[in-house]
Amino acid sequence: MKILVTVKRVEDPEIKIKIKADGSGLESEQMKYVVNPFDEIAVEEALRLRDTHEGEVVILSLGVADCAQQIRTALAMGADRGVHVLTDETLDPTLASLAMQKVIEDESPDIVLMGKQAVDDDMGQTGVMLAERLGWGQASFASKEASLESEEEKSKQTALNVSDNKVTVVREVDGGIETLCLNLPALITTELRLNIPRYASLPGIMKAKKKEIKEFPLRDLIGDAQPLVEVLKMEKPAARAAGMIVSDVPQLMEKLRNEAKVI
Amino acid sequence: MSAQIPLDDILAIEHLLSEDEKLARDTIRSWIKERYRPLLNQAHRDGIFPVEIIPEIAELGVFGANIEGYDCAGMNNVSYGLVMQELERGDSGLRSLVSVQGALVMYPILTFGDEEQRQKYLPKLAKGEFVGCFGLTEPMAGSDPGAMKTTAKKDGDSYVLDGVKAWITSSPIADIAIIWAKCVDEDNIIRGFIVERDFNGFTTPDIEGKFSLRASPTGEIHLNECRVPAANMLAASGGLKSPLSCLTQARYGIGWGVTGAAMDCYQTVLDYGLERIQFNQPIASFQLYQSYLAEMATQLVNMQLLTLHYGRLKDAQALSPIQVSMLKRHNVAAARKIASDARSMLGGIGITDAYPVMRHMMNLESVYTYEGTHEIHTLALGRALTGISAFD
Ligand SMILES: Cc1cc2nc3c(=O)[nH]c(=O)nc-3n(C[C@H](O)[C@H](O)[C@H](O)COP(=O)(O)OP(=O)(O)OC[C@H]3O[C@@H](n4cnc5c(N)ncnc54)[C@H](O)[C@@H]3O)c2cc1C
Repeated sequence: MKILVTVKRVEDPEIKIKIKADGSGLESEQMKYVVNPFDEIAVEEALRLRDTHEGEVVILSLGVADCAQQIRTALAMGADRGVHVLTDETLDPTLASLAMQKVIEDESPDIVLMGKQAVDDDMGQTGVMLAERLGWGQASFASKEASLESEEEKSKQTALNVSDNKVTVVREVDGGIETLCLNLPALITTELRLNIPRYASLPGIMKAKKKEIKEFPLRDLIGDAQPLVEVLKMEKPAARAAGMIVSDVPQLMEKLRNEAKVI
Repeated sequence: MSAQIPLDDILAIEHLLSEDEKLARDTIRSWIKERYRPLLNQAHRDGIFPVEIIPEIAELGVFGANIEGYDCAGMNNVSYGLVMQELERGDSGLRSLVSVQGALVMYPILTFGDEEQRQKYLPKLAKGEFVGCFGLTEPMAGSDPGAMKTTAKKDGDSYVLDGVKAWITSSPIADIAIIWAKCVDEDNIIRGFIVERDFNGFTTPDIEGKFSLRASPTGEIHLNECRVPAANMLAASGGLKSPLSCLTQARYGIGWGVTGAAMDCYQTVLDYGLERIQFNQPIASFQLYQSYLAEMATQLVNMQLLTLHYGRLKDAQALSPIQVSMLKRHNVAAARKIASDARSMLGGIGITDAYPVMRHMMNLESVYTYEGTHEIHTLALGRALTGISAFD
């Protein structure tokens, strides 16, 4: 079985971001980048699938030359090889999904696994658009019934059940759990509760150095297609006024009534 | 307020590190934060090492990470150093376990052992199936290990070992020990032996009442007519220089490790100082507090540059033991000062385990003493600089 996983380079969520002076985006100077956390979960699930059914895990990333680091991280976790679509352009979900479609048509994997969203822009559209472009069935927000503390999780079993050219996927819906069955090839996007991704290992990091990463310039794949969405401006939320500590309940009631005017 | 510059931007070594070096560092940093820190306070209070985490540590590939082959990662010495730094950012006890395993157990087997010994032990040590320890120090032979009393006497195709080793990191949980002993049949030459836990006459009493390295088991090793197959002798070892060469490997890692502990102390007091209000302002706004921070940041830059420079030299096989002495001595003393200043900067809460600082401070007391005390390294440097020995 061939599984393709998309991996996006995103700003490290633990680092304070700075917005460019003109509001056109984020400052990249001194920024640290990581694999989008939802994509790490997708990589983990792909590795488990491969370890159960054999086959290979291909990592796909779109973006600047330094995206190779995030591909290497996934290779160091155990994925087999990478595809890097090179571009300095900022991609909207339309262009990103178009470029992915081209690579996927060439690679023809059985399953495409993606994070349900990227933590940088939180658009959450690429997976959905890509399934539509490919004409494949999709299961969004894949999760698992067992808890992340369960034995099932500890033994690194996959939550995706593949047999007879079909995959069943569990997803969390309001107040319950839904199980979907999809024909392969299929596209699945991952929720936080699907698994706990493994760490890259030091031997894995060394092996990853020798694994192949194929590169394609973006425009060779998508011609002169144009983005449909443009980011006009980014700004920080207005600073909140400082809170206060009240000394007792009567004072709290007084403040709620007369200052906050909520009761 | 003016812009705050993170220490990383002053250090500015990112561009001096390769992608895999950074990935190794960042992976271990996340693991420590997400997996080890949550266990640590309880382990430290209980004075135990959480042995159940060993398989997970092994899976990361940190044991003998700079060894090529035998299921080891085969990383360069800068990556290895960065790994030590991140482990000790967590706790010196964990870094000690990993240092001992790699530099004091796997290294001598690799360097002084034969191929059969390597095949038998190295993969198991790499995978954490075996924990190892290193027995050089004795109750009456600390700074002067040449005064050791432990003996090995040939008897048929085995050696009989007798003696007591003291202050042995990991001995209470070890599956194997590298024991250094004087071979009485060979003019008392010092050689290494691989002793397995279940050999008769091998026991490892705990050392109790430690204020330092509490999350690392330290014990003695009693060798009571302990019979060791001759095949377990490290045949290429001979003389005090053999165990000392292992210590040079471990000290290199210590130089990096304590940098991590000191970074953790610095970050803790920086964050604390910006939040903690006294006299209606953050304590970080006082000149005295800033003076501590300025000194710490400067020392951290010194420490990191020394590790990196010597790491690159080691990768070029151009690092000498005296440089490693300087690295150990300088970085441990600097880390110890940072930890102790940081302790005072936290005020009363600083004496509890609500913050990692006092734990680091206490740990660093051991690091200051083991692998050659600060004073002994001073003498080693003095001897190297003047050509005159002031040891005795
Ligand atoms: C937590 C811990 C873990 C350890 N783990 C190990 C281990 O795994 N394996 C192992 O073999 N050993 C280990 N050691 C032992 C350690 O290496 C020794 O404690 C160290 O070498 C010092 O020896 P000592 O304690 O006998 O002190 P001593 O040698 O008695 O020193 C006492 C003091 O005298 C000073 N001194 C001694 N000689 C001189 C001199 N000539 N000139 C000036 N000052 C001098 C020393 O610097 C020190 O301040 C460990 C120690 C500790 C505390």
